Amino acid sequence: MVTINIGSSDFAAILPILVVCAFGIYLMVQGVLAPRIHKLTLAYIGLAGIMIAMVSNFYLLGIETDRAYFEGMVFVDKLTVTLNFIFLLTAALCLLLMTSYSEQEEIEFIEFTPLILFATAGMMLMGCAESLMIIFLGLETMSIALYVMAGFRRFNRFSLEAALKYLLLGAFATGFLLYGMALIYGTVGTTNLTQISAYYSENALNLNVMALFGVALLVIGFGFKVALVPFHMWTPDVYQGAPIPVTAYMAVGAKAAGFAAVLRVLVLATGQAAFEWSQLLWLLAVITMTVGNIIALVQSDIKRMLAYSSIAHAGYIMIGIVAGNETTVSAVLFYLVVYMFMNIGAFAVAGIVSGKNEQHVDIKHFAGLGKSQPMLALVMTVCMFSLAGFPPTGGFMGKLYLFKAAMESGYTWLVIFGALNTLISVYYYIRVVVAMYFQDSKESVKMAAVLPGVGLVLLVTLLGIFYLGIFPGTTLSLLY
Amino acid sequence: MALESILFWLFAMLAVGGGVGVVVHPNPVKSALFLVVTFFALAGEYVLLMAHFVAIVHIAVYAGAIMVLFLFVIMLLNVQEESRLAGVWGFMRYFSVVLFVALFVQLGYFGYQGFFGAENVPLVRETEIGTVEQIGTALFSQYVLPFEIASILLLTAMIGALYLSKQKLGLGEPARAARVKEALHEKEEAH
Amino acid sequence: MDSFGDLLFYLVIETGFLKAALVVNLLLVVVMILTLMERKISAWIQERHGPNRVGPWGILQPIADGVKFFTKEDIVPSHVDKFLYIIAPLVSLFPALVTFAVVPFGDQMTVNMFDHLVTIQFQVADINVGILYIVGIASLGVYGLIVGGFGSNNKYSMLGGLRSSAQMISYELPMGLAIISVVMLSGSLRLNDIVTDQSSLLAWNIFRQPLGFIIFFVAAFAETNRLPFDLPEAEQELVGGYHTEYSSMKFSAFMISEYSHIITASSLVATLYLGGWQIPGLAALNLPIVAEQLLQILAFIVKTSFIIFIFMWVRWTLPRFRYDQLMNLGWKSMVPLGLLNVVLTAAVVAFF
Repeated sequence: MVTINIGSSDFAAILPILVVCAFGIYLMVQGVLAPRIHKLTLAYIGLAGIMIAMVSNFYLLGIETDRAYFEGMVFVDKLTVTLNFIFLLTAALCLLLMTSYSEQEEIEFIEFTPLILFATAGMMLMGCAESLMIIFLGLETMSIALYVMAGFRRFNRFSLEAALKYLLLGAFATGFLLYGMALIYGTVGTTNLTQISAYYSENALNLNVMALFGVALLVIGFGFKVALVPFHMWTPDVYQGAPIPVTAYMAVGAKAAGFAAVLRVLVLATGQAAFEWSQLLWLLAVITMTVGNIIALVQSDIKRMLAYSSIAHAGYIMIGIVAGNETTVSAVLFYLVVYMFMNIGAFAVAGIVSGKNEQHVDIKHFAGLGKSQPMLALVMTVCMFSLAGFPPTGGFMGKLYLFKAAMESGYTWLVIFGALNTLISVYYYIRVVVAMYFQDSKESVKMAAVLPGVGLVLLVTLLGIFYLGIFPGTTLSLLY
Repeated sequence: MALESILFWLFAMLAVGGGVGVVVHPNPVKSALFLVVTFFALAGEYVLLMAHFVAIVHIAVYAGAIMVLFLFVIMLLNVQEESRLAGVWGFMRYFSVVLFVALFVQLGYFGYQGFFGAENVPLVRETEIGTVEQIGTALFSQYVLPFEIASILLLTAMIGALYLSKQKLGLGEPARAARVKEALHEKEEAH
Repeated sequence: MDSFGDLLFYLVIETGFLKAALVVNLLLVVVMILTLMERKISAWIQERHGPNRVGPWGILQPIADGVKFFTKEDIVPSHVDKFLYIIAPLVSLFPALVTFAVVPFGDQMTVNMFDHLVTIQFQVADINVGILYIVGIASLGVYGLIVGGFGSNNKYSMLGGLRSSAQMISYELPMGLAIISVVMLSGSLRLNDIVTDQSSLLAWNIFRQPLGFIIFFVAAFAETNRLPFDLPEAEQELVGGYHTEYSSMKFSAFMISEYSHIITASSLVATLYLGGWQIPGLAALNLPIVAEQLLQILAFIVKTSFIIFIFMWVRWTLPRFRYDQLMNLGWKSMVPLGLLNVVLTAAVVAFF
């Protein structure tokens, strides 16, 4: 007879995911039953769903007991709750950006809102996964939604190119990931991360080739998703072709989800094995930072520039992962939060400047923004300074924590490389600021009006960056 | 027992042969048909492992539905025989040989470990594991969450495919006119 | 030691070899009868005489046809893909013949044979996923059409193959949905259990599942490529469709597989919806077991023949669908109705 040991507490553990999925399905039905509904209404219903999910996430904070649910499928701890907040906030901000973006470009919210909700659900699953199976399914849910969202301007060939490239390379990377998972399963005999962790720490000294190979393939698969350097080739083209709010969502959400899975698997589960690879991860971090920053120097397109910058930032976060000590998780989470604010802020401004059909995405189009739109220019400046890592912004504190974690583990050279890279990156971030304040626009750029939705996004990012830069301690203690 | 191992080798060779055929045959339709042969052979192996349900579902889903759609698309697009890629990526050929050898060494090594390794676990024949009841019970108790996520995953893929392929935008005449204008503009820029 | 009896026992009972051979041959014989029946029924519908030259009332016509097929020249056109062209009829024949293996055509009975107490099942293979087996194997029938159409290297054949692949996929879905409802009611995938589940007349699935019956019946027409769904071989548009280039025995193999498909589909309709071999109230008569058995087999044959008759009746009465109508019917009517049926059945099973 069928015995199902699943109670209401199990469902409570994935409450935010359930809420988000339910709203996604509801919005689809809504789109079918009332096709003439105003598109923004759909977006606002989606936002409401995300808000409710956030509230239910507080409930999760209440039941959070550091234990697994669904017979060892998901795990609820502080990391889960924090990651859920990051994903939900990212989704909310990007959906707000999309509402204003739809003034410039026709976007169909009937499909878009469910997709972004499902993608968020996938990310949250990756954040709370306790089994390789859930990581894989969450990753695929997220990725498939993102493939489509990248091609959402489906009458623009760059957008379609982005979607196709992302799909093909993403499927390839998924293959690596699955192969790695299969090898780990073959060694350990389970997909449960706790048991995998136990196996790896027991046999830390005599791991067989299969176990190590599995971890290496996982690194490749995750490396693709978070755009580490040998696996980063898709990033600039995809970021350039995708609609700007989607780019922001990919740059922040997908990266955070990838690092969430890395934290779950490489740091918390196979930590012992990952140390065998730490030299390799060290190398990956350095190459990623350096290549990302150096190529970003010569970019004239703001989206490509931010794409390379996001690659460089993946490298910075890898510093924290390589450190692999007890401060790793909090440092990485803190950096992810900061990264979310500053990147979404930068993309929001870029989205407004780009105008109709994203025609003004060059850095030269930012010329004179300081005079014509001082508030926008201010937000962009703050985001750029934060990305470059100047105090008193959050970017500075984030880097500080990452470097501190690395120093504690004795990776001095890694920190030196990180600092050097930060110096390099200043050049291209400042270029945008210089263009805004010290150059005059040659052509009159017609900009979309700043809608209340975007205004809210800009305000939130501005406050977030400064708050995290000035009072980092309270947030850090809340995170993990 | 003897019959079982004969069948095993027969199906195994059929599967590998079909797999090789998929890769080496220049004609896409025949490649697809080779894949069907492989699926059949694999279904045979499942039956030998007492997993009747998996075997039948394998045939019904892969051979019966997915490959038919594959063939439909190949025939609809009227894909010709692929032209030889050699020359353009000449070094890739040698690289692929290296990869091939590496893969086989790896497989051989794991196979060796599996057969003669220290932790050689005696295989337990679970005749019950492949039945519909067992699979249903597992899917709806231990694996209920992955099962349900899979449905969300497929739903997402479906929405995406429909969005990218649907014809009417339902935006009305002005938007369509604007799009045409934009396309013309793009063309001019290209010149 | 009765070695001969043991050997015979092994061959006949344990392996089911005899049963399999018997069923395949019976199927082929029935196909022969069906070709005549089809022509007679068409003649009756169109107020003609039909074949009446070979033998009394033309009943030897199938034999004459067979002889003709065998003696005709087997033309292999020069432009075809030889290998695919030759295996296509075989690929089409194989699933048509093996699908019948799991259909029970009588109750199982226990007899004493050569001093062994044997349970004879009137079914070639009683596998526990029987219904899935049918769905799986039946969906392979399309390969014969696709391979034949592609191998003929002719645009009409190709179009025929193309159409059949799309049509099969589209109608497999509603068929599967109808079957799911039946499975939910009987709680088993074994065809024998589904039959025994319909023990009284009101328990026949046609009364418990009227919507499912209609869906399954229509889908069965589409799956067998019969009018009004015979688009893969629509004569007016595609010359002969996928079998344009075939002649002689290869052509006849396609015909045989078409009729075998009809037999299997009809027997499935009888099994799933008309109570299979069951005769309501037969147990009350207290007949000797052999008589009861024979009556049940007869009931199965009658039910199947009746469905086959409907197949032919429809063929000579209804015109062909247009292709877009076919797709619209499949995806926009049958699939939603099938889903509705599944939901309703699930609700009924869950709450009552």
